[in-house]
Amino acid sequence: MTEHNNDFDRVSGKTTTGHEWDGIRELNTPLPRWWVITFYLTIAWAIGYWVVYPAWPLLWSHTTGVLNYSSRADVAVELANLEKIRGDKMVALGAAPLAEIEKDPALLALARARGKTVFGDNCAPCHGSGGAGAKGYPNLNDDDWLWGGSLDQIMQTIQFGARSGHPKAHENTMLAFGKDGILKRDQIVTVANYVRSLSGLPTSPGYDKSAGAKIFADNCVSCHGDNARGNQELGAPDLTDKIWLYGSDEVTLIETITNGRGGVMPAWIGRLDPSTVKALAVYVHSLGGGK
Amino acid sequence: MNKPVNTTELQLEDDGPLYAARKKVYPQSVSGTFRRIKWGLMAFCLGVYYLLPFVRWNRGLGAPDQAVLVDLPNSRFYFFFIELWPQEVYYFTGLLIVAAITLFLMNSVGGRIWCGYLCPQTVWTDLFYAVERLIEGDRRDRMRKDAARGTMKLERFAEIVLKHSIWLMIAWWTGGAWVLYFNDAPTLVKQLVTFQAPMLAYIWIAILTATTYLLAGFMREQVCVYMCPWPRIQAALTDEWALNVTYRYDRGEKRTSLKKANELRALGEPVGDCVDCYQCVAVCPTGIDIRNGAQLDCIQCGLCIDACDAVMTKIGRETRLIGYDNDINIQRRQAGTPPVYRIVRPRTVTYLAMIACVGAVMLYALLTRTLLDINVLHDRNPVAVKLSDGSIRNAYTVRLLNKRGFDRVIAIDIDGPVNGTVHVVGADSLTQDRPMIILGRDQTTELRLLVTAPTESNPEKSIPVHFHVTDIGLGEVASATDHFVTP
Ligand code: SF4
Ligand code: SF4
Repeated sequence: MTEHNNDFDRVSGKTTTGHEWDGIRELNTPLPRWWVITFYLTIAWAIGYWVVYPAWPLLWSHTTGVLNYSSRADVAVELANLEKIRGDKMVALGAAPLAEIEKDPALLALARARGKTVFGDNCAPCHGSGGAGAKGYPNLNDDDWLWGGSLDQIMQTIQFGARSGHPKAHENTMLAFGKDGILKRDQIVTVANYVRSLSGLPTSPGYDKSAGAKIFADNCVSCHGDNARGNQELGAPDLTDKIWLYGSDEVTLIETITNGRGGVMPAWIGRLDPSTVKALAVYVHSLGGGK
Repeated sequence: MNKPVNTTELQLEDDGPLYAARKKVYPQSVSGTFRRIKWGLMAFCLGVYYLLPFVRWNRGLGAPDQAVLVDLPNSRFYFFFIELWPQEVYYFTGLLIVAAITLFLMNSVGGRIWCGYLCPQTVWTDLFYAVERLIEGDRRDRMRKDAARGTMKLERFAEIVLKHSIWLMIAWWTGGAWVLYFNDAPTLVKQLVTFQAPMLAYIWIAILTATTYLLAGFMREQVCVYMCPWPRIQAALTDEWALNVTYRYDRGEKRTSLKKANELRALGEPVGDCVDCYQCVAVCPTGIDIRNGAQLDCIQCGLCIDACDAVMTKIGRETRLIGYDNDINIQRRQAGTPPVYRIVRPRTVTYLAMIACVGAVMLYALLTRTLLDINVLHDRNPVAVKLSDGSIRNAYTVRLLNKRGFDRVIAIDIDGPVNGTVHVVGADSLTQDRPMIILGRDQTTELRLLVTAPTESNPEKSIPVHFHVTDIGLGEVASATDHFVTP
């Protein structure tokens, strides 16, 4: 006590710790007892925590704690619960007639939400995360559909795919007119220009329109139709519109006619459950391109 | 505050251990102006808190009729004529700002008066002290009874049990009133009584019962001294003009006993008014001696003023030896100049102006808020789609809010791109060429909206597009603007 005499603070009547900063001295004030007890309790709590929960890293593993708690197991439980919660709603979706879903705001919202996630997981690699497609992979937001854009047709395509090997899949492919020797090079160039003219694109100077029309009538109308409007039964695209799956420039068209085309889409039936396929169909339809 | 300290005396009891047990405070009962103000405010605050959930407010069919209700399941907050939606939580930000500045204002006028009169910790502690006093007697009785703990009689035991039971009842009712703000109060009371209430209600009641009992029954002044940050903050915010509970040592010193003072006075010697009776210390709920000057532990409750006033009246001297005052005035009086009190000064005026500003902004926002609202989000992926006829389509996610308590029929129009048409997914019925939908009462609806326009008539890359939603019945309109882009 006596050795602290110099550290006496006149104002408060207490000793100081002897520490001083810029003339401000620290009073030697005892902590409240409950505070100290709380402090020791937190230490006890921490030790208890080590025992109960996984805490200490070992060389190749860690202490697991007597509760055997793991956050992964927690996540698994949560996911199972989520599936259970979703269960009823997905059943309702599965039971609703396809045509009715978009008329019911609650079902539409559910189908769109579910469809969007499933689309992201399964369809986005080809069609893009927003369904915008890419060269050779159809844009699902526009109104041009190879195999039809009605709800039923979309559902059909998702279920069985195109050239997927599934017996119910869409099958037709475009012939390789050049490679298979059906048309000669100059014929291909002529018909390519003719096709460009159908959708109002400029043609190369000096091309023979009537020759092009004749080649088209002889070789192409069986799939693309007399008016070149395409045929969704056969997956034959409309050649008069402004949308081109593989590109509309002359070189691309020549390549298309020479080697033929036939994109592949997997069948999703069996991989996705029926109500999920339904949600997916509604989602794709609601992207805006649906008929 | 610079006042003489008897160093030799103080040094002896100093240099204590690392930690110390709480010295129990036995505040004595007191009566006087400030005590009456405190009783009044306590009755008002507790009355509002306990009874407000039962006040009804008619909002029409289907809407809750509780005046103040936090409806968590439906994310609504009702306050009399105001109904707030989650996206309007900024009103609470505004309220918090106003509350903070009000606290600053109070502080610049009267120090920690919030602490002394209105703080829940003070109010409930005061109530608990009143119960304690009623059952165990005043300061002296309680000190005597505590000292005789070793030889406890049955009667004393009964007293303790009774005190804690009443405390627990108050605490329980405090927690009970809390949950009533989150549900229809009469229904919830019925459910609580019949054990039909949701588990969460019981948990919250338990938590608030425990905290009230613990904080008001045991922690008491320690909350103010150790746990509450406000004394530290206010110490940094205060200034020399703030009126704090102050011992006017210019008048009180030199203190001595009444008898000695009279003797000295008869001899014409200088002597102060303080008779060292320690009444101000005895009544203090934080157990401090205000005569040591302004200190962190003082919650500005003014009870010491009442206590000292009683003494001064008894010995026939002027009251307010302790009063709301500041150091400047003490120095002025010592120097022989009259004291000055300045409540209107730049600091207080600034705080008032800030409160008025924030309040005005909130009021304006409240008065001009719409009951039909629209938010538009342009789809980014893809931004624009080319259709087979060469026209361009943009998709938007539109959120409509119907804050009215009934269903409404809403028509959607756009204006912007030339020859543009609008289509709502799932709403094909077109009337007068525009989609109509039914907006459920008191809810939000999300729509997917497709706007299509031919490229030829819209050569620009980006055209502003305005969305208008019109309530067919009321004619109410809400609008939002976005852009229509071509790839
Ligand atoms: S010193 Fe006076 S005003 Fe401050 S807390 Fe004690 S009784 Fe209240
Ligand atoms: S109550 Fe008044 S007279 Fe008594 S000790 Fe306190 S300040 Fe002095």
